[in-house]
Amino acid sequence: MNIDWNAFTPGSALAGGLLIGLASAWLILMNGRVAGISGILGGLLNNEGSNRGWQLAFILGLLAGPGVWALFHVLPAIEIRASYPVLIAAGLLVGIGTRYAAGCTSGHGVCGLSRLSPRSLAATMTFMFGGFATVYVVRHLLGA
Amino acid sequence: MNKATFSAFIAGLIFSFGLLLSGMANPEKVLGFLDLFGAWDPSLMLVMGGAIAVGLPTFALAKKRQSAVLGGPMQLPGKRALDKRLVLGSLAFGIGWGLAGFCPGPGIVASGALQPGALAFTLAMVTGMLGFRLLERRSN
Repeated sequence: MNIDWNAFTPGSALAGGLLIGLASAWLILMNGRVAGISGILGGLLNNEGSNRGWQLAFILGLLAGPGVWALFHVLPAIEIRASYPVLIAAGLLVGIGTRYAAGCTSGHGVCGLSRLSPRSLAATMTFMFGGFATVYVVRHLLGA
Repeated sequence: MNKATFSAFIAGLIFSFGLLLSGMANPEKVLGFLDLFGAWDPSLMLVMGGAIAVGLPTFALAKKRQSAVLGGPMQLPGKRALDKRLVLGSLAFGIGWGLAGFCPGPGIVASGALQPGALAFTLAMVTGMLGFRLLERRSN
């Protein structure tokens, strides 16, 4: 293994992680809801009557984040190198996959592991494997 | 707007700040983490570690409570099955994540930053979720 120490940003990664944990803690303690983003967005698209309000508010909070951040500070880099066809294929896979798995990086990866759920551990190991394997194939076998 | 709706908005906002600060909202950073066999950037291990460090005591507390602070019921997931849907769904998600470097939250946040690529990803993700809904309706 070859660690890229120049790219390693332990301080902001840890601080950002703590904020993600804090947001998840807020939603479960205040609202009694798990901060699983694919579940919240999927629920909103399913139009689950009484849940609509808080689900929409959470997604609007996510969308508003960069704008509010930019009022106080320069936004961190968002570098997207994938082509549009790849981004669209990826979006479709992420959309369908997370709904079948009933969770993504937040619902299974953060909240599920925090709940010590074996189901979420299996999901997290599987999507991490999928991510590692895909980047290996794309970058090292196909050389893209 | 009631208290619970406002509270969910604040949670989404803090979550968004966390994704921006950590580097999770930057696909190149995420792909650097997923490139285990190249020049590997381990930063995102610390994102997960930091989030779970807060999550562990929080969910231990949440499990003991019947209701949330704002009065609603405490709704923790009850599913336990390790089935084909979980594994194949997660695998498809992981492949998509590895292709673009976006998972759902960062896709939405980067869309909020008006990045055209993120908007394309997020619209496709919404389409995929609607497709799932259609398939589920047909099978029921």
